[in-house]
Amino acid sequence: MQAISEQEREAQFQAKIDRGEIIEAKDWMPERYRKQLIRMMSQHAHSEVVGMLPEGNWITRAPSLRRKAVLLAKVQDEGGHGLYIYCGTETLGISREQMLDDLLSGKAKYSSIFNYPTLTWADIGAIGWLVDGAAIINQTALAKCSYGPYARAMVRICKEENFHHKQGYEILATLMRGTAEQKAMAQDAMNRWWWPSLMMFGPSDANSPNSDELMRWKVKRYSNDELRTRFVDRTVPQAENIGLKVPDADLKYNEQTRSYEFGEINWEEFFNVIKGNGICNKERLMARKKAHAEGAWVREAAEAYAKKKATKNAAA
Amino acid sequence: MSSQWPLWEVFTQKRSGLPFEHAGSVHAPDKELALQNARDVYSRRNEATCIWVVPSEMIVSSTPDDMGSFFEPSNDKIYRHPNFYKTPGANFE
Ligand SMILES: [Fe+2]
Ligand SMILES: [Fe+2]
Repeated sequence: MQAISEQEREAQFQAKIDRGEIIEAKDWMPERYRKQLIRMMSQHAHSEVVGMLPEGNWITRAPSLRRKAVLLAKVQDEGGHGLYIYCGTETLGISREQMLDDLLSGKAKYSSIFNYPTLTWADIGAIGWLVDGAAIINQTALAKCSYGPYARAMVRICKEENFHHKQGYEILATLMRGTAEQKAMAQDAMNRWWWPSLMMFGPSDANSPNSDELMRWKVKRYSNDELRTRFVDRTVPQAENIGLKVPDADLKYNEQTRSYEFGEINWEEFFNVIKGNGICNKERLMARKKAHAEGAWVREAAEAYAKKKATKNAAA
Repeated sequence: MSSQWPLWEVFTQKRSGLPFEHAGSVHAPDKELALQNARDVYSRRNEATCIWVVPSEMIVSSTPDDMGSFFEPSNDKIYRHPNFYKTPGANFE
């Protein structure tokens, strides 16, 4: 076989992507493509797993058995999402152990939205409706990304997210039909979760250093601002439908673009939470570490049992 | 930190009669737990009527570099396809 230069390989790789072909685990890929995907996918997986914490906080206090069963199933799904994406990330050559180490040591990042606290039951509604709603928009776009294992994990996840989204909306809709206190509680959750949800789409396009490259590789198919606007357009009418006010004085509908214009996001807050100074950053990491440490005996017991059985079978 | 459990590839069958499809992978110390983990991860909504788990290291795969030469023998045998044959006037639909 003729040796070809790195440059030629990259050109062939780009041509393949331009033709709309999908990259699979064993295909040749530029080291940087691999690195960027490992970064994105592991962050995404960590977000699913850490995302179980704010909602898990309310499982024991859900207001009815129905709500409790729903919330349990939802939180279990999020754990499943983490597992789909971890296994997709492993195809790129990083071990599960390494990813967990990076999360627990604080080296890896996860979505900053999960560093906000869940203060009331209405927050569970707001998370399902707003946070999962934003996640659906992101993930639907990622389901068309150029890396096969990531795209396939997203297809699986998107199928499950609709339930998450609707159960959250149902919680808020119910509160908005309730007493003045319940309505106030729902509005308060809306006020606290709206802006962090908009931040979930990442920095504005002008401030997003990786975007060009990721778009060229079709890892990203739409810009952060495009997806953010899509979310606002979809969500504002749903808010109005149940009488929730969007906490943005600059929000207005543009008849020409048939799209909403909205106020400036507090980017200082965004970068501050990413840097680790959010309300719950320390608490979340501590909870993960504790869960991992307390699960050690289960992992060890399962391993010992597997070993014992293997030696028994070998002797038989 | 304990060692990483081995990796298993998971294949699911949606309904009996359909082929098994690769769903993803799980880590597990043995085959029983591999099967249970696969069920919890890949069939929380009756997505499968049957699940296979296979130790990942047991899977032998062709590589993308093989693509050309490995599959080449089938390239020049168009006579394996029915549209290679002329059947004037006869109805084979
Ligand atoms: Fe999720
Ligand atoms: Fe979700």
